[in-house]
Amino acid sequence: MTADTKTRRGLDRREVVKKILAGNDEVLAIGGLGNAGYDLVAARGEHPLNFTIHGAGMGGAPAMGLGLAVVQPGRRVVVVLGDGDMLMGVGSLATIVAQRPANLAVVVMDNESYQETGAQATATRFGVDIAGMAAAAGFPVAIRLDDRTQIDEAVDKVLNAPGPVLVNVKISDAPVPQMPKVRDGVLMKLKFRERLAVD
Amino acid sequence: MEEQTAQGQDWQAAVHQVLREAGISVVAYVPDGGHRRLIDLCAADTAMRMVPLTTEAEGPCVLSGAWLGGGRGVLLMQSSGLGNCINNFGLLKAGQFPFLTLITVRGSWGEANPWMLYMGRNTRPLLELADFHAYEVNHAEEAAPTVAAAAQMVFSCCSGAGVLLTQRLTGAKRFEA
Repeated sequence: MTADTKTRRGLDRREVVKKILAGNDEVLAIGGLGNAGYDLVAARGEHPLNFTIHGAGMGGAPAMGLGLAVVQPGRRVVVVLGDGDMLMGVGSLATIVAQRPANLAVVVMDNESYQETGAQATATRFGVDIAGMAAAAGFPVAIRLDDRTQIDEAVDKVLNAPGPVLVNVKISDAPVPQMPKVRDGVLMKLKFRERLAVD
Repeated sequence: MEEQTAQGQDWQAAVHQVLREAGISVVAYVPDGGHRRLIDLCAADTAMRMVPLTTEAEGPCVLSGAWLGGGRGVLLMQSSGLGNCINNFGLLKAGQFPFLTLITVRGSWGEANPWMLYMGRNTRPLLELADFHAYEVNHAEEAAPTVAAAAQMVFSCCSGAGVLLTQRLTGAKRFEA
């Protein structure tokens, strides 16, 4: 990514999600609205264990990950979503902690913007600290990631630490390209269940 | 006792048994007085995972996630909670996820609190607007068979259904005059 003085500096979202998911066929991944779905595809393609939410369901990805985590306690569940999406469903931090799902990780891509709709400011631009909110809710692991040298350590926590885990990734707000993406929810659901052999 | 029991038969125990037989393993809920006994029965059942929600809006998402992973869930809420769910019905529709909800309908038969009337009056129309089935239960003996029929359809057809437990069944909440 080229440097752009007009954008806030931050980590490369694609790099972080690739480190979590690339080559990792076992993780169950839920993607939230906007770029989060593309992050999953950029990391491991249209994988059968990706399910991405498009439009309807803003704020719902962490709750969906929770439902998945409680019925699949032997599998790691990773939810990737934007900061605006997380803020809309912020009450689910409490819902998640009440269940204590050790296998659930929530990764928030925080560019302090509703980038899909014109980069309007989210509350995080005014100092709201999503990792701090998760810590206060009782997440045993709740960290802010804004240093490239700490990505590997954070990824290890996402994949392996007893959860629930929340990592708030301070990312660049430079636009990232869209890419072809399956938006058929029925197709994604059926492939997901087929791979898990639950049908 | 906070709730006036309109009908004595232990319909909640029968409904709990039906939920067991339908393979329900996840019970997501925002409590309501009319669901109190059913919540207690489910919580005492080791085959059921209780997921208390911050808002009913999480319900369709939790249940969809459970279905992705091979589980079956039910959402227990009161009529006010239906309004909180509606945008997330888009997720249910886009993925054709099964959706079974048991709704105690405040603002129905004998309601004494005017603040409850709006959602009570609109529970059935909103479910039908979403193209979900809505089954009203007014009598204790109808509760378990209705839940069984709804569960059969929801999980076999990947459709949505609400069982509306009216205050004729649950009894209206009492208020000091």
